[in-house]
Amino acid sequence: MGALIVYLAFWVVAAYLIGWLVGRAAKGRGHDADRWFWLGFFLGPIALIALLAAKPGSGAPGADLEVTDTSYPDFDPAVTPILEVRGITKTFPGVIANENVDLVLNKGEIHCLLGENGAGKSTLVNVIFGLYHPDAGSIYLRGRQLEFKGVRHAISQGIGMVHQHFQLIPVLTVAENVILGNELTTGPLVDIGEARRRIREIGEKYGLEVDPDAKVGDLSVGEQQRVELVKALFRRAEILILDEPTAVLTPGEVDEFFAVVRSLVDQGKSIIFITHKLREVLAVADHITVLRGGKVAGSADPATATQQTLANLMVGRDVVFRVEKGEARPGRAVLSVHDMCVEDERGVQTVSDLSFEVRAGEIFGIAGVQGNGQRELVEAVTGMRRKVAGSVEILGEDATRFKPRQITELGTAHIPEDRTKHGLVGPYTVADNLVINRYHKAPYSRRGVRNQAAIHDEAAVLVEEYDIRTPSVDVPVHTLSGGNQQKVIVARELSGDIGVLIVSQPTRGLDVGSIEFIHQQIIGIRDRGAGVLLVSAELDEILSLSDRIGVLYRGKLVGIFDAASTTREQLGYLMATGSTPDTEEVAS
Amino acid sequence: MIARLWFQTDPAVEVAGADQNFYLYLLVAAVVVGVAVINRRIAAARHRDPATWYWLGVIFPVVSLILLLALPALAVDEGHLRRISRRQMVGIAFGLIGIVLVFVLAPNLITETRSFAFEKPVAGAQLQVGFNPSVLVLVIGIVYWIVAGLSFLPDRHDRVSMVAQIIAAMLAVPLIVGIGLALSANSVNTNVMNLFDESLVLATPIALGAMTGLWSERVGIINIGIEGMMLAGAGVGFTTYAVLGQSRSVGWLWFSILIAVLSGAALAMLLAFISIRYNVNQIVGGVVINILAIGLTGFLRSQVIVTSGYSKGVATAEIAIPGLSKIPIVGETFFTGRPIHFLMYVVVFLTWLVMFRTAWGLRVRSAGENPHAAETLGIDVVKLRYQSVLVGGLIAGLAGAWFSMESQSGFEDNMTNAAGFIALAAMIFGKWTPWGAFGGAMLFGFARALGTRLQFLDVEIGGFGIPSEFFQAVPFIVTLVVVAGALGRAIPPAAEGQPYTPAK
Repeated sequence: MGALIVYLAFWVVAAYLIGWLVGRAAKGRGHDADRWFWLGFFLGPIALIALLAAKPGSGAPGADLEVTDTSYPDFDPAVTPILEVRGITKTFPGVIANENVDLVLNKGEIHCLLGENGAGKSTLVNVIFGLYHPDAGSIYLRGRQLEFKGVRHAISQGIGMVHQHFQLIPVLTVAENVILGNELTTGPLVDIGEARRRIREIGEKYGLEVDPDAKVGDLSVGEQQRVELVKALFRRAEILILDEPTAVLTPGEVDEFFAVVRSLVDQGKSIIFITHKLREVLAVADHITVLRGGKVAGSADPATATQQTLANLMVGRDVVFRVEKGEARPGRAVLSVHDMCVEDERGVQTVSDLSFEVRAGEIFGIAGVQGNGQRELVEAVTGMRRKVAGSVEILGEDATRFKPRQITELGTAHIPEDRTKHGLVGPYTVADNLVINRYHKAPYSRRGVRNQAAIHDEAAVLVEEYDIRTPSVDVPVHTLSGGNQQKVIVARELSGDIGVLIVSQPTRGLDVGSIEFIHQQIIGIRDRGAGVLLVSAELDEILSLSDRIGVLYRGKLVGIFDAASTTREQLGYLMATGSTPDTEEVAS
Repeated sequence: MIARLWFQTDPAVEVAGADQNFYLYLLVAAVVVGVAVINRRIAAARHRDPATWYWLGVIFPVVSLILLLALPALAVDEGHLRRISRRQMVGIAFGLIGIVLVFVLAPNLITETRSFAFEKPVAGAQLQVGFNPSVLVLVIGIVYWIVAGLSFLPDRHDRVSMVAQIIAAMLAVPLIVGIGLALSANSVNTNVMNLFDESLVLATPIALGAMTGLWSERVGIINIGIEGMMLAGAGVGFTTYAVLGQSRSVGWLWFSILIAVLSGAALAMLLAFISIRYNVNQIVGGVVINILAIGLTGFLRSQVIVTSGYSKGVATAEIAIPGLSKIPIVGETFFTGRPIHFLMYVVVFLTWLVMFRTAWGLRVRSAGENPHAAETLGIDVVKLRYQSVLVGGLIAGLAGAWFSMESQSGFEDNMTNAAGFIALAAMIFGKWTPWGAFGGAMLFGFARALGTRLQFLDVEIGGFGIPSEFFQAVPFIVTLVVVAGALGRAIPPAAEGQPYTPAK
């Protein structure tokens, strides 16, 4: 309605201007100005519209994207796969990302693409989606060869993709984000009303309700993902590529997401699902292809495959799932928190009256659904956030008002939740990031001048010891894969004399090989006598690593348990509800 | 008591903290009054007018206090100021100004009648509104109190307090002119419509420049070369007129304006080329364009225009929009003017319409926010950036033509006189929106017009001539307060200034 008024107003002004010009011209030639004014006023816009309409393609930029025929009469899904990838090879300078990759996707199927970070999964789907042009190979869509003519062509052929990092524009509304590139128009103006209606329609059909007028930046991660799905469905996607969709979701959101995925398949969509979470693969996949080092390492049938076989296929060697660890030998308390209260950015108290102790030589795990105060708790203990009340004692010193550096100097290591924001300085080199917690001390720096040789030597040793895969220690750290970035942090934090280790979500987004390595490191530091505070949203991680487990619910510890005598179900129940039906509580 | 009334509106506020704030303000008020009283004593001892010195003692601390209050509100980190919102702080500022107006200024102003005139004194009969400066100041002071109160409404009445503060800011115009008139040594009336007319005319190149900036920055290219693009338009355009048209004939004039528009576009293409194709730092690119334009136009003036012997010609003629210009009072001000001035309104309107209501505009905005997202939807970001910067350049060329072929006929070295940079400020003031930028341009135009007007009025306080620069600064202080409070922080397009390389 608003757009219509603006549109009409525009034409009135245009008509007035044309009329005025015509009138003036008429007056100059001695005619009746008024009559010519009205003539121009009424006939001018009509001529203008005719001009605009005569220009081919004008006024409807999205027209070329419309999928006109969705029935494909010569395509029989029973015989021909909807998508077939044959021999795709794609190289980047110095790296072979894909080498002779084949993939077959049948209609109405969920095809899982499994592989470690850097195995070439994202490259492959970017080739299918038309973002990358392959060096060799071909793609057959519904039995016909797909030309590599870029993203617009792929979209017009019914391929949709939800990228790992959402490709959304936070300041625009949901509706604007959805129609971008494929705008619905009336005349030259965008018809946002029609877009709104279509988005609601898609929402009802697939269970993807989003408010079309909400600003994308105000939405939660889960809602943003729904917008991405709506974007693809709005373009009438038949094949949906989901690139690590669950990496950013909380456990509850993951379940919701799988329900949506199933309803999409029920309505005839075909899905390529990229992940490295084995549990999810076995839960949803109809078919599994495993990539390793850019090549197809093998395929598997989810009915017969196990997590172990898949992991071995991914990594190329036997992976140990159950973390091997000896009996804990707890000593004196190295970290004690008393009645601590912490507020978040909005001034809401998210941690209240929290008390616990971590003893030397034990791992104290904090379980809980994301957003129950974990972030504020860790930030407060490490000195990054002000405490409203209570005290923190680290290695016998009152560290309540200590700054992060003072806490580090006490002998505390911190592996933060957000590695790109708090763990690393992205543009700095690997070497600099490896000493960034002690760069100001000898031998890395003397009288304020940095000693490059010492920094390089130390970096070379750590890269070797922690198996950090990097071309050199002088490349910016953000060019490394997520797993290697995390290894840089672990290497830096664990080298040195550590009394307390505070770890938050240490393996988020990492593949099985890196997870195994980092778990071993955490156990190792415990066995060397440090106290470890482990915060994680992965219940399996908490259960396999911790010696004692505290459950955080709405900023309070609702129970502390011995890891040996606790079950997954007990913890899950407590995390979700904050109360215990009947569990034996072990005094802290 | 008052403190409780104010602060209870915000549920997150602790009462203890609020009381601390209240005592703080009480203390500040006491200090202000103390300073003023001491000031008066000293003045009396030195045989100067005690009243004048008393006001000065009040006004200066209060103004500095307002600035102090407003500055933290501009800061990015709000963590430490959570207790009083930005808007409430501006409300307090208006309240303090109101107190000064009612208790200090109003009782001391003259009570003789002064008047605002609304018509050009042509046929003798002039529409005038007489007023008593003292009463005017009193009324506006009380309105400011009300606005201060409205600023503390609960959050759900956000719009009410915002509108109230914008009205209060607008009232600053009659307030400043009224005070100026009351203190003037030589005039008892001033023509308000003329003032608006001048503001609008002076705002023309600023608004056009702001639209240039908008087209460029919204698509992700920082443009500090607006000044250079304008100057090139002005210089090359007039050179064409002097050499080819021999400074005669309206046809040649319009042809030269077209050349001006195209030369603005040519420089814009240069900026686009070096920053998109070669990923040159966009600020450096803009500086290069500014320097290039100064050199180029300087050369054209001394070597071509001067030697051609046609350094003056006709400027574009006044036009009156038929019908509308016959409306009394406003007709002559708003509907009589010169063509580029009117084109400016069209450009602003079209900028808004195209950028916010068409598919192409949506794509332009997306390219400036997240070019990679646009790319995944099959949008050619590189092409879009060239197109949008080019549109901006055309507009800058038109602004250049205003300088050398509308405001006057002739070209002088560096005649744009930093208007391009003021345009950039207007655009940021308007938070990268066309109408906001237009408002910013109006404000800057008004400040210039007002400064000139107050110079003529010869304002005095207690025998001291107040420099016109002081009054010129007042609108900006008001702006600062309003932008800090009522409008909030301006967020530039997210991908602005970032080089973009498409995936292969």
